[in-house]
Amino acid sequence: MLRMLIRRLALGAITVFLVSLIIFAGVEILPGDACTAFLEREAQGQLLENCRQELGLNRPATERYLEWAAGAVTGDLGVSANGQKQITELVGYRLRNTLLLASCAMLAGIPLALFLGVVAALWRDRMVDLTISTIAIGAMTIPEFVSATLLILIFSVWLGWIPGIVLTSANAPISEFFPEIFLPMMVLTFVMTAHILRTVRSSVIEAMASDYAQMATLKGVPYWRIVFRHVLPNALLPAINVVALTIAWLLGGVVVIETVFNYPGLGRMMIDSISDRDLPVTQAIALIIASVYVGVNLAADLLTMIANPRLRTLHMRKG
Amino acid sequence: MAVASTNARPSVASRFLGVIADITSRPSGAIGLALVTFHLFLAIFGPWLAPYDYKAVDANLMMQAPSGAHWFGTDHLGRDTFSRTLLGGREAILVTGIATPIAVLWGGFVGIFFGLVGGRLDDVLMRVVDAFLSLPWILKMLVLIVTFGTGIEVLIPTLAFFYGIPVIRIARAATHDVVARDFIQAARARGHGRMTIIQRELLPNVRDALLVEGAMRWSWMLLAFSSLSFLGFGVSPPTPDWGLMIADARGFMSFAPWGVLAPVIGLSSLIIGINLTADALAKALGIDRAQKAPV
Amino acid sequence: MKDMVTKEPLIQVRDLSVGFTGRAGHTLPVLRNIDLAVRRGESLGLVGESGSGKSTLALAMMGYLKRGLRVIGGGTHFAGLDMFTLSRKELEGIRGGRLALIPQNSGQSLTPTLKIGAQLSEALRLHSKLPEAEHSARVVQLLEQVRLPDPSAIAGRYPHELSGGQQQRAAIAMALAGEPEALLLDEPTTGLDVTTQAHILELLRDLAAETGMAMVYVSHDLGAIARVCDRVVVMYAGEAVLEGPVREVLRNPAHPYARGLLASIPKLTDARLPMALEGRPPPPGKAGDGCAFVDRCAIATDVCRTSRPALATVPSGARVRCHHADRADSLPTRSPADADPRVIAEDAILSLGDLSISYARPGFLDQILGRKPATTPTVDGITIELEKGETLGLVGESGSGKSTILKAVAGLLPPAGGRIELAGDGVLPPLVDTRRPDQLRRVQLIFQNPDESLNPRQTIAEILAQPLKLYFGLSGEALRQRIEDLLESVRLGAHYMDRLPSQLSGGEKQRVAVARAFAAEPDLVLCDEVTSALDVSVQAAVLDLLDQLRRSRNTAYVFVSHDLAVVRALSDRVAVLYQGRLCEIGPAAAVYAAPSHPYTEVLLGAVLEPDPDTVPTLSAADIVELSPPARGCPFQRRCPRKIGPQCDTETPPWQDDGHGHAIRCHIPREAL
Repeated sequence: MLRMLIRRLALGAITVFLVSLIIFAGVEILPGDACTAFLEREAQGQLLENCRQELGLNRPATERYLEWAAGAVTGDLGVSANGQKQITELVGYRLRNTLLLASCAMLAGIPLALFLGVVAALWRDRMVDLTISTIAIGAMTIPEFVSATLLILIFSVWLGWIPGIVLTSANAPISEFFPEIFLPMMVLTFVMTAHILRTVRSSVIEAMASDYAQMATLKGVPYWRIVFRHVLPNALLPAINVVALTIAWLLGGVVVIETVFNYPGLGRMMIDSISDRDLPVTQAIALIIASVYVGVNLAADLLTMIANPRLRTLHMRKG
Repeated sequence: MAVASTNARPSVASRFLGVIADITSRPSGAIGLALVTFHLFLAIFGPWLAPYDYKAVDANLMMQAPSGAHWFGTDHLGRDTFSRTLLGGREAILVTGIATPIAVLWGGFVGIFFGLVGGRLDDVLMRVVDAFLSLPWILKMLVLIVTFGTGIEVLIPTLAFFYGIPVIRIARAATHDVVARDFIQAARARGHGRMTIIQRELLPNVRDALLVEGAMRWSWMLLAFSSLSFLGFGVSPPTPDWGLMIADARGFMSFAPWGVLAPVIGLSSLIIGINLTADALAKALGIDRAQKAPV
Repeated sequence: MKDMVTKEPLIQVRDLSVGFTGRAGHTLPVLRNIDLAVRRGESLGLVGESGSGKSTLALAMMGYLKRGLRVIGGGTHFAGLDMFTLSRKELEGIRGGRLALIPQNSGQSLTPTLKIGAQLSEALRLHSKLPEAEHSARVVQLLEQVRLPDPSAIAGRYPHELSGGQQQRAAIAMALAGEPEALLLDEPTTGLDVTTQAHILELLRDLAAETGMAMVYVSHDLGAIARVCDRVVVMYAGEAVLEGPVREVLRNPAHPYARGLLASIPKLTDARLPMALEGRPPPPGKAGDGCAFVDRCAIATDVCRTSRPALATVPSGARVRCHHADRADSLPTRSPADADPRVIAEDAILSLGDLSISYARPGFLDQILGRKPATTPTVDGITIELEKGETLGLVGESGSGKSTILKAVAGLLPPAGGRIELAGDGVLPPLVDTRRPDQLRRVQLIFQNPDESLNPRQTIAEILAQPLKLYFGLSGEALRQRIEDLLESVRLGAHYMDRLPSQLSGGEKQRVAVARAFAAEPDLVLCDEVTSALDVSVQAAVLDLLDQLRRSRNTAYVFVSHDLAVVRALSDRVAVLYQGRLCEIGPAAAVYAAPSHPYTEVLLGAVLEPDPDTVPTLSAADIVELSPPARGCPFQRRCPRKIGPQCDTETPPWQDDGHGHAIRCHIPREAL
């Protein structure tokens, strides 16, 4: 078990390391650098040379990579190109805001998805299931900016209940984000729920058709006891990994949603930094998001390992 | 019964027709396929069908409500929304229609190759694939687009490259599944060459999984393409595009909601159509993708 | 036991028909007009091949039908209660309590996330009046009753941590928890090793005698039925075609199908090939107006096509669904005569010299340090010679390494040591990649499961064309003609060419696999459990086919099987394997007779013959060993005749009788 744990952690670390290489190499290969971006049209001759000298861009790439990576490990993400500000500071509140949005969506979405998925499976092919499944397909396929736009149209333009745009500044206290956070949260919840509930539904259907569920029936176990004691513990295991992948996906999807609602999170900051060609900031955000992705997946793997007696003993035997 | 030649197999054409028939035998598949066909038809013949010039600006016709002359009203520049909606998918379908097969081909090729090679090299590749997947798609896309521009000569390779990476995973997994089966062992024991085994034994069994994967990639690519347009990184005005139209009309949503609704319906119906078709295709080919994760 | 049989039936099935709605909207029956009764204390066997509806019938007795099935007529009663009209609550009270099920595959029927103890106490909670506090003690007692070693430890384990035999015992304990009046057993020993199966059956017999439970025992295995049942119902295509006392049904059945079935079973005491029952049962809804068996019946007349026979009582007391039951005894129940002896040249084709194979791969650390793993090889010290045209049977339980040896000979696994020599080609290179095409051609492998070994995307013609193109470069008309000949030689017509494997039955698929192997015109064919996935009547046909082919082409076989009777039917010589080591080898007749290696004795003793008067001898515990011992005799841990420490430390010597029969044991040959 311990050996497995160490193995997984090592694999995660290798992935993050590779991501950092990809990010760094990507920026190296692409034409232009922080100085050409900062100086824009004046990026030539002595001015460019001075700037590069100042930022240390003339040093070999390996040296700069090591410096950057070492900084990142200790929590120092460098300085931004255009404002020359500490990136750690710039990113801090933005990251908090995005995590706030994502956690709200998860708190609402995961229980809802589990509930609806189980309901759809148990009443398979009935009206409830058809309704839930149809809405889920809709939610999965309609782009977030479309559902966001429609929600704004309905809830703030026509009904006037909630503001359609977030005006709170990035470093405001959390309480000030309510109720504006509600619409972006709804969009996120909507899509996330759809993905998770589809998996839950099919895995519950599969478990209900399993030999052990049939055996439980023929052992005289009451229906709801079969569902809760025999079927769900087995059926919900695969959901753990899908939840993780969905959370990881959220990090990409949140970019569009934050832009639509003008929400001051990491995603919008990413778009801004790319448009401004602020490469150090872009690199930092990419690294943060990738680390979260790897971390969430790692957590899901470990959770599955703990929850599944089959895997648990398998790894114990190996270890 | 007619004597068949030794190489006779249910021909590709007849199998294709069989699959189509299977898809249309399910209500959702029939609807999906009809939507996709309809959109493809519009993409090809749209220019002849559109009642107005999509770029004809008219200051007297700004923000008109739907009427007999302008079925979906007009936009903030007085252009006919119906005509623009009809044409709004052409660019998206063109770009993703070319990029999807490229993505599936290169991702499939690499995935099958590494699935067969296995060992250390395969482990390393999977780490690199994981690393790429851990970066949000929009970041990867935007960095390239901002650097190289938004022309289709940039969009197609960019989409094809990034959307081929998850295909590697699928192809590799499918390859592993097939390679473990006895008919591959049997071919190995007979002493067939590696290429023959890949061609005759492996590919026909991996192909279906890739086909379904391709359909899914297409719908995700369309999502990505229109999201980019919406954010202002895709098609440049005045070319009509659903994503761009939604972004433009959003500001006037409170008094001209038709400007938003028309392209929303256009885009959603195409993506839903592709998804329904992909679902039915998976069922027709006997592959269940309900368990697949949204990556 | 007999005196507990009373008049009033405990389970009464009346004119029960069950079916599903087919694609075209018709109702397709899977059970047709079943009528039977099970009395208290009685043990009834339901026997039939796959698709005969026997499991569906057993589950229907519990008022349970699989999704999609429904009752189309009649019903079933348990202790006077109509099972299909009871409420869910009432059913829950009966199922697992008064009427309990032991499922086919306990590995999948026990909930993976619940410990054995928890699953048993759940049954107690639902069906016994014991106070909660006494449950854990009762659980241990139940596990003890099914003879599980260390019951309190087993209670704390998850299902996957038990072996197949242990899982089955746990499932039996669970069924006993409700102190049932009747037990339904759905193929409870299928998939288990012979020794384990024999132990479980003895346990069930004893339990039935102790508790006076009625039993309904569903199985395709007449040997198991013979051991536990008083009365037998033979099922065919959803019908009960014969019902009677077990002796009557197994000795002189009055139905043509039952006679054919009996004749198709290979027997341990009979070296002849079993008789094949050609054809296959009609699928649901295709039985027509006449007798369902008419197309395969040798004594069918016109009336059999037009009118469906009713279940009628014949003079012997059995009930038969046949128009010509009086003529049935003209049909044989055994193979008619010895086949002509084959000539086996004294000319070796294959010789294995001290072959060893190791599955253990060096670990990561070992690789870095360049160490070799110190584990004992999976298969070791295999020395065998095979003559031209000879058939060598390799027998052993699961994990004995018999398939592993075949894979090594075929070049799919690298041996760890020793040599594989093919006459005329010298020592073969270890792996396929390094063998020459002609060496590959001469050795062909047939796999256990044709669903896996035939590419589902290729037509039969394409499948057969592969070796023909590869080895002989055939094309065009010559290729087509050759494929047609091959199909003919395995008794399939040319019209099979354009079909896909999924359009063929299991037996037909295996014939294609056989044809593919013979397309190479091999000198040696390796058969890996080739009949294990098939029904017994189909198995007989494939065995017959293999026999015909070796006669016409003088091909040598290595025939691997876990079924000693099947091996007996086909083999000239037999080798017995335990834990990857040879225990005994010799002419088939000698191996199946005394003296034998203690392990061979255990194996032979556990085999169940379809005869109620044979009693298995159980001399060794049915323990599953995961790896061979490092030193000494491989069978040391289970051997009932272990003589002392030399069994643990010294490799036993080969003891030869001078006629090719050798036993590897420390006990002197005379004493074995």
